[in-house]
Amino acid sequence: MRTGWNVAEVIGVTQETRTARTLRLRLPGLTGHRPGQHVDVRLTAEDGYTAVRSYSVASALPGDELELTVEELDDGEVSPYLVHQVAVGDQLEVRGPVGGWFVWDPADPSPVQLIAGGSGVVPLMAMIRAHAAASPGSTAPFRLLYSVRSPDSGYYSAELDELARSPLLSVTYVYTREAPAGSGITPHRLDAATLLAAVLPVDDHPAFFICGATAFVETVADWLVRAGYPADRIKTERYGGTGSRP
Amino acid sequence: MTGPGDDGDAGSDYLDGNAAAGPLSEVFAVDVTVASGRCAHCGRTGELATARVYPNSHGLLLRCPGCAEILLRLVDTGHSLAVDLHGMSYLELQRDAPGSQQKPSPAA
Repeated sequence: MRTGWNVAEVIGVTQETRTARTLRLRLPGLTGHRPGQHVDVRLTAEDGYTAVRSYSVASALPGDELELTVEELDDGEVSPYLVHQVAVGDQLEVRGPVGGWFVWDPADPSPVQLIAGGSGVVPLMAMIRAHAAASPGSTAPFRLLYSVRSPDSGYYSAELDELARSPLLSVTYVYTREAPAGSGITPHRLDAATLLAAVLPVDDHPAFFICGATAFVETVADWLVRAGYPADRIKTERYGGTGSRP
Repeated sequence: MTGPGDDGDAGSDYLDGNAAAGPLSEVFAVDVTVASGRCAHCGRTGELATARVYPNSHGLLLRCPGCAEILLRLVDTGHSLAVDLHGMSYLELQRDAPGSQQKPSPAA
């Protein structure tokens, strides 16, 4: 059992967007993790001051490696360091992966509807990757509804395009500030009509995983329940902060 | 993620009980976020992952999503960890539930 704080080594860094970076970590002794779990990262300053933040695991790797995608927060104590300074070969204190509730079970045949607001896509990407890795083991249809500010602010774009060529995954983007050039799409925040047109129908009894800023998650979950989706099929993970409503 | 708040008051700045999995893993041998608890104040039952977490500078509070009363209080002084569970009248763990063990299962 992995409990308490362990030392992970940074073995790779990839710029994901202008403000986000993916870190690949090696955590000796780790034997995979469940899709949707998170780790806690602890930084300690020279004066002993510590700061702990939680980051969802983005990867679905079987061994002792995992990836985190970190978005830089303007007033962050931890994220600017992880996005701009930490380098391959550095060490980080990590607790986890933990959290057995906001996870997708590859043995569950239910259709899955994922809904992401911004960086909330990270744990949902772990589920998509685990689903693709389990194929042809898992025939559960997956859908992702992904709300992004602009085309260049979405994570994993090329990989999602590639994975969506499978009949088992479809991806729908909602652009809130800026739509792709020449697309004719008017940027708008997610609304109930757009949501209900994009998600799997009630009769499919989908399992929902919704992740994003608190207001986004609560508003979306509320629209789904009002539309007749059972609340006990909706799992949410709030990223905190004062993110905008959809 | 948000930084620690000041006091853990039941305001709007909270996370899911899921976010307490790490700190609680220091105390319990299993993942209690998937355990079902009963609020001693209003009687509501549900997985701890669905409760509301209010981090503060020395630990966290877990509040009932129904009545907002405190279910669990974790105080970490650095030297010790103290857990106050008097806000829950019981805690039920499914022995064979997926995720009831902290040990991650190998990915498929």
